[in-house]
Amino acid sequence: MPAKETIKPVSEATGPMGESSPLKEISVRTVETTKRIDEPQRRSKVSIKGINAWFGSKQALKNINLEIEENAATAFMGPSGCGKTTLIRCLNRMHEMTPGAKANGQVILDGIDIYDKSIDPVVIKRRIGMVFQKPNPFPTMSIFDNVAAGLKLNGVKDKKLIKEIVEESLEGAGLWEEVKNELDKPGMGLSGGQQQRLCIARALAMQPEVLLMDEPTSALDPIASFKIEELVHQLKKHLTIIIVTHNMQQAARVADHAAFMYLGEMIEYGKTLQIFQYPKQELTEKFVSGKFG
Amino acid sequence: MLILVAFAVGEGALPIFSQEGFQFITGTDWNAVYGRESFGALPYIIGTLLSSAIAMAIGVPISLGIAIFVTEMAPHRISTPLSFVVELLAAVPSIIYGLWALFVFRFWIRDLIERPLYEHLSWIPFFDKTPFGLDIFTAGIVLSIMIIPIISSITREILRVVPNSQREAAYSLGATRWGTLRTAVFPYARSGILGASFLGLGRAIGETILVTMIIGNAIGPAAIPTTLFSQGQSLASLIANEFNEAASDLHLSALIGLGAILLLLSMVINIGARLMVSRMVKAVPGGRE
Ligand SMILES: Nc1ncnc2c1ncn2[C@@H]1O[C@H](COP(=O)(O)OP(=O)(O)OP(=O)(O)O)[C@@H](O)[C@H]1O
Ligand SMILES: [Mg+2]
Repeated sequence: MPAKETIKPVSEATGPMGESSPLKEISVRTVETTKRIDEPQRRSKVSIKGINAWFGSKQALKNINLEIEENAATAFMGPSGCGKTTLIRCLNRMHEMTPGAKANGQVILDGIDIYDKSIDPVVIKRRIGMVFQKPNPFPTMSIFDNVAAGLKLNGVKDKKLIKEIVEESLEGAGLWEEVKNELDKPGMGLSGGQQQRLCIARALAMQPEVLLMDEPTSALDPIASFKIEELVHQLKKHLTIIIVTHNMQQAARVADHAAFMYLGEMIEYGKTLQIFQYPKQELTEKFVSGKFG
Repeated sequence: MLILVAFAVGEGALPIFSQEGFQFITGTDWNAVYGRESFGALPYIIGTLLSSAIAMAIGVPISLGIAIFVTEMAPHRISTPLSFVVELLAAVPSIIYGLWALFVFRFWIRDLIERPLYEHLSWIPFFDKTPFGLDIFTAGIVLSIMIIPIISSITREILRVVPNSQREAAYSLGATRWGTLRTAVFPYARSGILGASFLGLGRAIGETILVTMIIGNAIGPAAIPTTLFSQGQSLASLIANEFNEAASDLHLSALIGLGAILLLLSMVINIGARLMVSRMVKAVPGGRE
């Protein structure tokens, strides 16, 4: 397995995260720990501890606890409305930006609680990328500018560096070959699947450590979906991926771990194979065998 | 309907254009005395454009600020009453603004803005005139107050149709609130905001009563504003001032000619605004959510 060093942390090259970022020391530690690749039980990247979330007075998540393994893909499954989106949005503090929404509990990223009072939610989003259900490129921007948007937002000025990262990110998102000759065309001109990969490239350009994907293929046709799934396989070598999916085959194909949620609660969590073949809970069994949902 | 109006105005303006030719647009004289008639619209075109430009320079940023505050920042309990008040301002007839400006506001402007500018900055040609309060500057400011409700309420609606997914896209890249506005909201809403501003400009250019009351009503070469504090005259205000007492057919035709220029100006601006708004809607396929 390639070492983590293949992804140069942007923070060290350019400092777009700001030198004073309270999170800086952590990225150094990540590099060290990746040496333990022989260990059978790999380390946990994100620990979700007692997360509760509300929309107004309606509780959407009830005491969720979960360990997310580093450099692996974890799938959140469950019937519509069970809280998958809400949970994933709690992991980069996006949830609380919905008017009336709030959350409490702990989400520990490399030893730091992102819900700690001293943590700026803006900084967290630079380390935890997000891809949305519907592709949402910036419509007035070119392909290049879409991918560069995050860098520019974070004050990276060096044109050469931006160019490099844009190319790397587009390659990482498996889009480079298709768009390399039309980088200045509008991002909206791409097909739906390409747009979604553009959004993935946009997220990758921030060189996140965790990538959250909320049903990234639900708006795409099977072939475009398949490409995204392949991409997840590639990306999880260096990146911790959390993917929400409705589609159980998809979960089985891409995820190392799977979590089954129901009515805002975490019902079962384990290796994907185990969840599908030997579910411990009756509800999970019903769900994976297609009896409801 | 519009064609009928344009036709009537064009026909009425025909004598003056055949008499003065292009001089009617570039000339500065305005003499209605029989036998020495001479009419040039330039000072009033300038007066119209300048007072509107001042109105835009002040009104657009404030309107944007209000719209952004209401849609992107303020909690509901503040934004709802605020937009209500702003909208109420839009319902005030312009003559009320005119009266208020004439009897109250112009003294504030004179004493609080114009005097200090004159005293400290009169080396800048713009400000080099003893202020009087009834001038192009005052007209511009009062016009801006009149157009703020229009521009800010349209802009607010435009910001509201910017889909949340766009804002979240920026936030998810670690954008601050300002960064989100700059990266996701403004570019998306850009042409719509331009369109809203142009609608406001259209209002400012055509506004009559208000301007007539406070612009100073200068005539002829004197109406060419040499400073911001000069008495001026706009196309609309001159028509309003003289229409009832037109001395001759030619004078009447000259006033209608001013109307023709005004109509043309407003048409150009309106069409420009519409084009921009429709370009925005097209540039963003499926943009409305
Ligand atoms: N903006 C909102 N305001 C109020 N309630 C909401 C909002 N978004 C979601 N909810 C509620 O919170 C609960 C969890 O919703 P969530 O979107 O997380 O479900 P989901 O598992 O992602 O569903 P789906 O598979 O349909 O995407 C649902 O009961 C939903 O009705
Ligand atoms: Mg969802």
